[in-house]
Amino acid sequence: MTAIHLQDLDIYYGESRAVQGVNLDVASGESFALVGESGSGKSTILKAIMGLAPDWTGTIEVDGAARSHGTDRAFSAHCQMVFQDPYGSLHPRKTIDAALAEPLLIHGKPNRDKRVVELLAEVGLDARFRFRFPHQLSGGQRQRVAIARALALEPKLLLLDEPTSALDVSIQAEILNLLKRLRRERGLTYLMVTHNLPVVSFMCDRLAVMRHGKIVETADVATLRSGQFDSAYARDLYRLSEPDQTEQTP
Amino acid sequence: MTLTTWLTDDAPASRLQANLGRAYDVTRRLLRNPLAALGVAILTVLIVCAAFAPWIAPYSPIGQDLGARLMPPSATNWMGTDELGRDIFSRVVHGARLTLLIVGMVAVISAPLGLILGAVSGYFGGWTDRVLMGITDVFLSMPKLILALAFVAALGPGIENAIIAIAITAWPPYARLARAETLTFRNSEFVQAVRLAGASHMRVIGLHILPLCTSSTIIRVTLDMAGIILTAAGLGFLGLGAQPPLPEWGAMISRGRSFILDQWWVATMPGFAIILVSLGFCFLGDGLRDVLDPKSGDKS
Repeated sequence: MTAIHLQDLDIYYGESRAVQGVNLDVASGESFALVGESGSGKSTILKAIMGLAPDWTGTIEVDGAARSHGTDRAFSAHCQMVFQDPYGSLHPRKTIDAALAEPLLIHGKPNRDKRVVELLAEVGLDARFRFRFPHQLSGGQRQRVAIARALALEPKLLLLDEPTSALDVSIQAEILNLLKRLRRERGLTYLMVTHNLPVVSFMCDRLAVMRHGKIVETADVATLRSGQFDSAYARDLYRLSEPDQTEQTP
Repeated sequence: MTLTTWLTDDAPASRLQANLGRAYDVTRRLLRNPLAALGVAILTVLIVCAAFAPWIAPYSPIGQDLGARLMPPSATNWMGTDELGRDIFSRVVHGARLTLLIVGMVAVISAPLGLILGAVSGYFGGWTDRVLMGITDVFLSMPKLILALAFVAALGPGIENAIIAIAITAWPPYARLARAETLTFRNSEFVQAVRLAGASHMRVIGLHILPLCTSSTIIRVTLDMAGIILTAAGLGFLGLGAQPPLPEWGAMISRGRSFILDQWWVATMPGFAIILVSLGFCFLGDGLRDVLDPKSGDKS
């Protein structure tokens, strides 16, 4: 079954077209990566799916249902997003407790206190962080809170916008392991944006390489590991992400 | 476990404990700042005077004694008497009520009004922003006192109308402030995250944007209190605020003007009261600015 289906998708920011003619299918339960340099439109696709970039034409279907151009409540329980910057994605004046309880409040879920404690445990945070403010937490801890918030409504689909690029390397590994475990336990579907190919080979089943708002190539992770891409741009990208091979190239 | 350790617990067990602990922390840091503590002390005196005026004041604020007109400060009349033989100290103490009423009502009316207009304007942008800020600019372009004068002239003199007139002229700076703050984080990821959780625009503005604007607005309001007191005194001085025999400080100065050269105390004593209370609000405002930022908690 298809979790995300994009067809002839064009996304506009004012006059400029950030994404053009994207066709993409992500199967249910799959972990799919969008790879490309900055400004290639990969984050824009996530925003359009979530309803944060409302100016688009074409088709966006999530689990067979067409998406509207804005945000809506029913959809938010089904699909959530984790942002890139854990320093900017948490309200600076609200405690962790308030941040995690907010989605539950909006959707009128019962047992909020119990759920908040469960969510913290699920992302590996001690209960004593519950009433702290974001500025009292480290970047990795904040990103765990952001992941817990995205999971609060028990979505089936998680869009990850470079979830580890703002963190240092050892913390990156922890967060990636957490995401991997959550996917296994909950049967989540991931659509992940990154420019880090090792992360893709660790986390994902398939990937699409983007450049200038278009998809250059779609491949599976075996292709990524061997580096046998069809397009020259994808091979370049592969070569650049392997430092020792860069030195060997004449 | 003592109360202090409970309040300063690093890992609060409940929402109530977390909130009380934060209030305790703010108060403690506010009182550690000497100027802010002085401001708090002055305003406490003002509030006590206003609450217990009939018990503190030795004489009636309106009781006349024409035999003891324009008496200089002495042991019986601590601040002297005015041209109708009324005890100035008693009038100043009773005037605290009027001052507190004016300041409180103006803050209660104008701050929420400005905050909401500013936040709505900044959050939605586009035409909403242009229309609301146009109105704000019209109000901002006129001098406060002159505008208040015009309103009082239209509504008729009196203390209620003075309050309304001052409130109408006081909100535009708050709207500008709230709009500017809203613009800095309306596209931030934490606002987008709440939108993605399915929150309505009302909820985003009310629960997520306004709380971020409030601390700067509280600071601004406290600093503006001095201006509000002066505007009220100015209206009183011009005879358009509180009407005789109400012991409003501005009106008292106005009455004392005729005797300022020979009987200086008639105009000076309420003037001191105005200066002192204005200073108190300014000190408190400065102190609050240092304290009302949860991030500053880690530094000290």
